[in-house]
Amino acid sequence: MTTRIVELRRGILKKNDELAAALRERYRRAGVLVLNLVSSPGTGKTAFLELTLRRLTQAGARAAALVGDLETDNDARRLAASGAPVRQINTHGICHLDAEMIAKHLDEWACVENGVKLDGLDYLFIENVGNLVCPSSYDLGEKIRVALLSVTEGEDKPLKYPTLFNSADAAAITKIDIAEPCGFDRELALHNINEIRPGIRVFETSAKTGAGVDEWLAYLGERKAAISC
Amino acid sequence: MHELSIVESVVDAVTETAAKYPGATVKSVKLRVGVLASVVKESLEFCWELATVGTPLAGAALVVNSVPIVVHCAACGHDSEIEGVQSLRCPNCGELAADLRQGRELEIESIEIDEPEEQQVSGLASPRVCPERPTPVNSSQETK
Repeated sequence: MTTRIVELRRGILKKNDELAAALRERYRRAGVLVLNLVSSPGTGKTAFLELTLRRLTQAGARAAALVGDLETDNDARRLAASGAPVRQINTHGICHLDAEMIAKHLDEWACVENGVKLDGLDYLFIENVGNLVCPSSYDLGEKIRVALLSVTEGEDKPLKYPTLFNSADAAAITKIDIAEPCGFDRELALHNINEIRPGIRVFETSAKTGAGVDEWLAYLGERKAAISC
Repeated sequence: MHELSIVESVVDAVTETAAKYPGATVKSVKLRVGVLASVVKESLEFCWELATVGTPLAGAALVVNSVPIVVHCAACGHDSEIEGVQSLRCPNCGELAADLRQGRELEIESIEIDEPEEQQVSGLASPRVCPERPTPVNSSQETK
């Protein structure tokens, strides 16, 4: 027997990365701004997204959402109340969304009655499965990855889950209306986020009071304008 | 949590490559995993045993090499290795350094195979080292 070393030097998630690159090109050609929302379960992604969709729709923007959960279409039904088209992705046990799931659902969505086509959209939001670990490894072709953190979770969440926060393009602190009773140390939370992802844009929001949402929507508008140039 | 899916991707990729070397046995598979890759070495090793049972890779060793974070500091211009993952501050000047140059790797570096002698003699064997894509510039910074 002869021993031989064969160099591969290939990404383990090469297949996902290739599918994500194809999605990114589709989004670019359609001129749609795609965001991937990631957080722990219970941070308030759905409430945050519901308000975002409602406000965008009211302002005449064409926004839609894909929402990932292990089971149930509860979130899709909640989000649909915003008036925006929403499609549920059930992963049946898988702890993250991947590019293949997104491509499959986008293709199916374009074919159904009252379906959604990418070139008919300004914004597409992908609400990932509630998980701060695994979604960080899976590129969905998004332009902006948003990491969300609620005031009830502890200021050190970014330090405990550095990969997700480091891979984010923007961060949102949610439930800011209950920061005080929760003893939330705002300065410390902002410091920790900045230590892990220096210079990241952070929005302090409340889906209940609407705090911080104008600033968030202005940011979305700027980013959308930037890709449309 | 997603280590099993990751290991399954490794098994698929390595099985595909090993099929180019008929009669060969895979002895080991070497991975490069950045400390910011959100993948746990022990969990990969545990899943490896499960995922390789009944495949041509059964019995092959999994070697996981950890790749530390390297940041480029805009303030002082240094590229520096960072210990841990709690703060992306330049160890040279103390400024925050957002430019991550290394530490997110999740890749298969190489595989070690045993080939039957007769295949070597027949001239069917492929070149001694067969890179499938160019070596990244920063690969020399890896620590074992």
